[in-house]
Amino acid sequence: MTSAHGRVTSAPMSTTATFLGMPPFPIAAREALADSQLRGNLRHATHTIRAKRARVAAELDDWEQLRVAGADIKDDVLANMGPYLEQLEESLTRAGASVHWARDGAEANRIVIEIARRHRVQEVVKVKSMATGEIGLNAALEEAGISVWETDLAELIVQLGKDLPSHILVPAIHRNRAEVREIFLREMGKVGMPAEADLSDEPSELAGAARRHLREKFLRAKVAVSGANFAVADTGTLVVVESEGNGRMCLTLPEVLISVVGIEKIVPTWTDLEVFLQLLPRSATGERMNPYTSTWTGVTPGDGPQEVHVVLLDNGRAKVLADAVGRQALRCIRCSACLNVCPVYERVGGHAYGSIYPGPIGSILTPMLRGVGTDESTDALPFASSLCGACYEVCPVLINIPEVLVHLREKVVDSHRGGVPGTLQAAMSAASWTLGGSGRLALLQRVAGLSGRVLGRRGLIGRMPPPLSRWTDARDAPAPPRESFRAWWARTDGDPGRAGSASKTPRKGGEQV
Amino acid sequence: MTAREEILRRVQSAQVSTPGFSAPELSAQERPSTDTRRGRGIRRDYAHTRDLPDPLALFVERVQDYQATVIRTDPEGVAAAVATSLVGARRVVVPQGFSPSWVPEGIDIVRDEPALSSEDLDEIDAVLTRAVVGIAVTGTIVLDHTEGQGRRALTLVPDLHVCVVTADQIVGDVPEAVTRLSSSVSAGRPLTWISGPSATVDIELIRVSGVHGPRTLRVVLVERPTT
Repeated sequence: MTSAHGRVTSAPMSTTATFLGMPPFPIAAREALADSQLRGNLRHATHTIRAKRARVAAELDDWEQLRVAGADIKDDVLANMGPYLEQLEESLTRAGASVHWARDGAEANRIVIEIARRHRVQEVVKVKSMATGEIGLNAALEEAGISVWETDLAELIVQLGKDLPSHILVPAIHRNRAEVREIFLREMGKVGMPAEADLSDEPSELAGAARRHLREKFLRAKVAVSGANFAVADTGTLVVVESEGNGRMCLTLPEVLISVVGIEKIVPTWTDLEVFLQLLPRSATGERMNPYTSTWTGVTPGDGPQEVHVVLLDNGRAKVLADAVGRQALRCIRCSACLNVCPVYERVGGHAYGSIYPGPIGSILTPMLRGVGTDESTDALPFASSLCGACYEVCPVLINIPEVLVHLREKVVDSHRGGVPGTLQAAMSAASWTLGGSGRLALLQRVAGLSGRVLGRRGLIGRMPPPLSRWTDARDAPAPPRESFRAWWARTDGDPGRAGSASKTPRKGGEQV
Repeated sequence: MTAREEILRRVQSAQVSTPGFSAPELSAQERPSTDTRRGRGIRRDYAHTRDLPDPLALFVERVQDYQATVIRTDPEGVAAAVATSLVGARRVVVPQGFSPSWVPEGIDIVRDEPALSSEDLDEIDAVLTRAVVGIAVTGTIVLDHTEGQGRRALTLVPDLHVCVVTADQIVGDVPEAVTRLSSSVSAGRPLTWISGPSATVDIELIRVSGVHGPRTLRVVLVERPTT
């Protein structure tokens, strides 16, 4: 189903690819790891953004205080979600917007389709939005006979390539320029203005082709769909942060604007944006400010869409809110800094996570939104981490991702309890017996030393039979030294002169305790 | 039960206690003062103003960082600076309320009354506007689309945007800008924050100026506050 690039064939009845049915992380990751081109692209991309972020974050001597304020403001929202939602609804309504509520993705999709149908449109233009990706809006609209035009350059590449996003901020980061050129030449003509036949693979020329291709769609579009980075409760103001101007096109030119907004996107007051409009651009693209930020408050007479809808989306968020440890994930402002510093993401890319939300934040957000214990792919995600903590260090709203990962691992394990003990439980029982008496440990170490001569090559243990293969297939394990520290001490009394050459086992694989 | 009632019931039953339930740690500092102004228990120890030796110079430097050009001029030289900035543009849309004395001779001025269609705007070479705030640290100009700034589409569809900013509009950093803009937001005005020309890094993370918004941004900074 997936190729080495993780490309997925399109679902029936739709030109939109889907994450549904993707293999669980360990399998998808193995495929991705085998693709050296992909690993090269990802390494370059993540290291570039990472360095830029670090540079501009360091420019502000109050960066840490901004992070604390960002976390506190979001925590206030989470603690008072009900009142803030009602306040937002009231402000929006007062400003001339229509407010809709959606319990889940299907309900949100129905609302958007119904509005589009009321205006008898065959097509909508779209601003890049994580929420609409999460609920599969494009596929739902297409099934309803309404074409969707993604207008962000990366989303356009993904859509035309019948591909899936692999990064929150730069979703086509797994594609190189030659692939983009090929997709544009092959696909643009099928859905609108074709790319020029002599198109080169220079990024500026490719961006120019996207500009020409989308311009006619912007100029004629009647209905646009967006998300929102922030929704200000006390004023009813929505905010979209972007770079290309496609967002401004969608938010300004059409007659009707529908914004799908997760209920956690609230900030209480306009003033609170002074924190997030510093944290977000610097954490996301590593710029002091992104090229364009648009804010709008309902309908402005004579300027922009005269019919404005806001769909407030739950889709699992209230469930996350009920999780005392996990709810901090709802602070997330979708900057993707955690992806760019993650050693796991850097090596496997976004597709292996099987969700619109990849990387560390995806490993906690996806299982919590979907719920654990029902599907193998989702349950694998909290384990797709080395718990190194780099994500927590860069998170602009201080989400302790490692803490939530460990918490979710517990929940996954709990949800599978009741059957035969797993490998882990068996191993822990054995460890408990071994460590229960020093004689047992010494005995086992002697056995291990002998077995190391059999199993180890170049100081490493190779492939072991199942179930141990689950460990050894993905990791190099050091072979046990021939002599344990205890045995060496007993023999030499700690005198290096008497150490002799009992052990020639290389030590680089790690000391035995 | 309506979706509204059910969502509100769900978030109510989530029983989130007080704010700061998983209060993040800040080195060995004591828990800093809280924001008593609003009493929401939010620690706001970040800088509310920035102490900048020369905000105008920093603004110019930061705008130029985005590959936008800046011309500094006194009030008498604005029309000439605008003329220089508009080089190459024949038809220029100028919104209502833009000071006529700042418009140079010899350009073909297009008015937005009655409102131009999007297709009309697509045929126009440039747009000439004012702004309401300029942010030194980030090199940002902000439009609230009142007098002299036009509705949002005007500064979006044409490929060249020339923007006149006055020295009194320049603030230090984002918090000062947010404070200044709050009356516009309360009045329901839309805002457009512009930091350099349209750009993308979507292909191999190579920054390309100009995708859908104006591919060229030229700023004219008027040094002495005008009356």
